[in-house]
Amino acid sequence: MSLFRAILEKPWKQQTASGLPAEGDYGSVTPPQKVGLLFFIAVVAVMFALFITAYFVRMELDDWRPMPESQLLWLNTVLLFLSSFTLQWTHNVLKKGQDKQFKIGLILGALFTVAFVYGQITVWGQMQEAGYYLYNNPANAFFYVLTGIHAIHVLGGLFVWTKTIVKYWSGAEHEELELSTELCALYWHFLLLVWLVLFALVSYT
Amino acid sequence: MTYIPIADQPNELHDPHTFISKYVWSQDHKVIAIQYGSTAIFVGLIALVLSALMRLQLGYPDTFSFIDPADYYQFVTMHGMIMVIYLLTALFLGGFGNYLIPLQIGARDMVFPYLNMLSYWFYLLSVIILLASFFVPGGPTGAGWTLYPPQAILRGTPGADMGIMLMLASLAVFVVAFTMGGLNYVTTVLQARTNGMTLMRMPLSVWGIFVATILGLFAFPALFVSAIMMTFDKLLGTSFFMPAIQSLGETLNTAGGSPVLFQHLFWFFGHPEVYIVALPAFGLVSDVLSCHARKNIFGYRLMVWAIIIIGALSFIVWAHHMYVSGMNPYFGFFFAFTTLIIAVPTAIKVYNWVLTLWEGNIRLTVPMLFAIGFIFTFIHGGLTGIFLGNVTVDLPLSDTYFVVAHFHMVMGVSPVLVLYAALYHWYPKITGKMFNVTLGKIHFWATFLGTYAIYLPMHYLGFLGVPRRYYAMGNTDFIPDSAQALNANITQAAIFVGIMQLVFIFNVIWSLKYGKKSDPNPWDATSLEWQTPDNPPVHGNWGEKLPVVYRWAYEYSVPGAKDDFVPQSIAPEDVEMLEGEGKYVDRSEEH
Ligand code: HEM
Ligand SMILES: [Cu+2]
Repeated sequence: MSLFRAILEKPWKQQTASGLPAEGDYGSVTPPQKVGLLFFIAVVAVMFALFITAYFVRMELDDWRPMPESQLLWLNTVLLFLSSFTLQWTHNVLKKGQDKQFKIGLILGALFTVAFVYGQITVWGQMQEAGYYLYNNPANAFFYVLTGIHAIHVLGGLFVWTKTIVKYWSGAEHEELELSTELCALYWHFLLLVWLVLFALVSYT
Repeated sequence: MTYIPIADQPNELHDPHTFISKYVWSQDHKVIAIQYGSTAIFVGLIALVLSALMRLQLGYPDTFSFIDPADYYQFVTMHGMIMVIYLLTALFLGGFGNYLIPLQIGARDMVFPYLNMLSYWFYLLSVIILLASFFVPGGPTGAGWTLYPPQAILRGTPGADMGIMLMLASLAVFVVAFTMGGLNYVTTVLQARTNGMTLMRMPLSVWGIFVATILGLFAFPALFVSAIMMTFDKLLGTSFFMPAIQSLGETLNTAGGSPVLFQHLFWFFGHPEVYIVALPAFGLVSDVLSCHARKNIFGYRLMVWAIIIIGALSFIVWAHHMYVSGMNPYFGFFFAFTTLIIAVPTAIKVYNWVLTLWEGNIRLTVPMLFAIGFIFTFIHGGLTGIFLGNVTVDLPLSDTYFVVAHFHMVMGVSPVLVLYAALYHWYPKITGKMFNVTLGKIHFWATFLGTYAIYLPMHYLGFLGVPRRYYAMGNTDFIPDSAQALNANITQAAIFVGIMQLVFIFNVIWSLKYGKKSDPNPWDATSLEWQTPDNPPVHGNWGEKLPVVYRWAYEYSVPGAKDDFVPQSIAPEDVEMLEGEGKYVDRSEEH
């Protein structure tokens, strides 16, 4: 049911003899967790969009000196891609009922993610060693802030991942697990997308 | 798939068993609403005391030795921030949002009760951090509620060390709390409506809260982002916002940053914030007006659309707060244009409220008095807004008392009047007791007339050019002595109004204990919350079965019906008619 059609309804008129509208015109069967996550993703997207806008504005001012690019970031990108891909695969095999693959996928996805965060921390170390401190230049400051906030959101994802695995151990229903993995995969795809945008931003400006 | 209301799906109810899980770590939306509400009113009273202190200083300069200029700045800042964020936002959305959404859409609770509980505790944490800043060395920040850098974090501004840090931390925690609550409200409205409750059958209260929550979800990140960047500037020496500066004789390390960038971020949050407060007020007042005028709300669909359009437009008007910031003058043209456009849907709403009263069977109850009072103050504040929206008019008036008068009318007094209308209207539902009507009426007249006595003269002071955020006027040629006399009168009115708010507090507490037991539906209202099996509603709200909704929430003065209203949840065949009137038919089918 489209939102647009919904708000064209004339509520002062009776729809049917019973006064009840057709089923499907109210409520919905989409799990609330999914709707909640979609809104959360939108909120986080707005936050990054604002950071990026600030980045563009600040970039135009005189004292901006771009940072050198670390090759390690490419590796990290691959790691995050792998984690996002693995979690999607995990969800797919769970749907097919392949329990063993599911376990492997879930663990592997988290390992890739941890590796990504570790990789990011390594990059920060490299940059500091090369003398690119946070306070030297706004380009540096933005780099650390953006990657830092992104990493925090990745860690937040791992927290939800932990809840999924706890659910699995405590023998949760199949549907419930399916929903959890679906939402994990969705969130990781989003984080990957944000990362690609940020990566492009720091590489090309 | 067949539709199973979320509330009736398994694993949903989280029955509390102990006192602690019932009243402290509660996941029940009604308890959380009361927690939010009482915390908000508590900090609101602090902000009220601060405003009284400011008024004492302004009305009687050189009299109160315990208020020095630094104190004054701190009072201004904390007063403004508390009122806007910690009182109004929290009370409308955390308080009324929590209480009314599940009850008005026929749900048993919010869809994420645990998150909802966390939301309150984070909010409380943010309040504690905020209040802690009164006790740290240097005191709270005195940067003005807009917190503009560079001055907000420079020595010389009161509270530039600990105060501002605590303020930013508190705001960040508040944003987290709001996001947790907000995700809940939005998802609950979209997913947990009961059988028959289409979007267009929701009471306008829910619509206002719903759209305001979406605004909040997308606007608060701007505050969050600017708080983070300013914290970095302060603590780690970055230059996001900080330009090259000579401060108290020394050259600071910062250079090249853009203070105007902060202003853009701040007002990208700040303007929608006005509507985060106003839209719930619009919704609540519509329901109160319609119920006590015994008439359906005039132009329901237009009211919904106007809420949505205002919500959308509110994201593209922010720079009307920055006409004097030195931004590109062409921006001014654009933002003046969008600002004036937003007046159109807003005016439509005002017309519809007035037309709802037209030929209504008005019952001048206490909530109704406050609701009608709101129409006055809102029109008043809205008109001065049209003045200030125009660049050329704003330039001389900016940062004068005209602005103070404008925003207090439109987003101070007006939402507060609606809050009172709503608190009196739903008090019998929340507590099961009736408040004292005489005290309520005294409270109304004192507040309504009193606020006019405070703010009307301020417009005039603004025309004279009296600047805002000044500790004392000193000796200036353009301000006549009579302005000082006026200031003293304003202060007397402000102190009077402040004291009269205690009548309300007293009424709430006294009636809780000694009030008459209230009828479950004392106002003969149609929406679902008045049809609960228990009064006040108990955990789970609806007993065995969820209500079913057959119509919208505005079926008042129904011809031929025994009562003059038909609740949303009564099947057409069960509506009792007067003798000889035949069966109940929806009025639409008559023509
Ligand atoms: C009887 C009630 C109130 C009184 C007497 C009062 C009085 C004042 C005074 C004296 C100022 C400082 C003006 C200046 O020096 O520039 C002020 C500022 C302000 N007030 Fe109120 N106020 C009241 C209620 C409210 C409410 C309900 C709100 C909610 C929106 C509010 C929001 C603000 C804001 C945002 C500022 C600006 C702070 C700043 O300049 O940083 N006030 N008020
Ligand atoms: Cu504005």
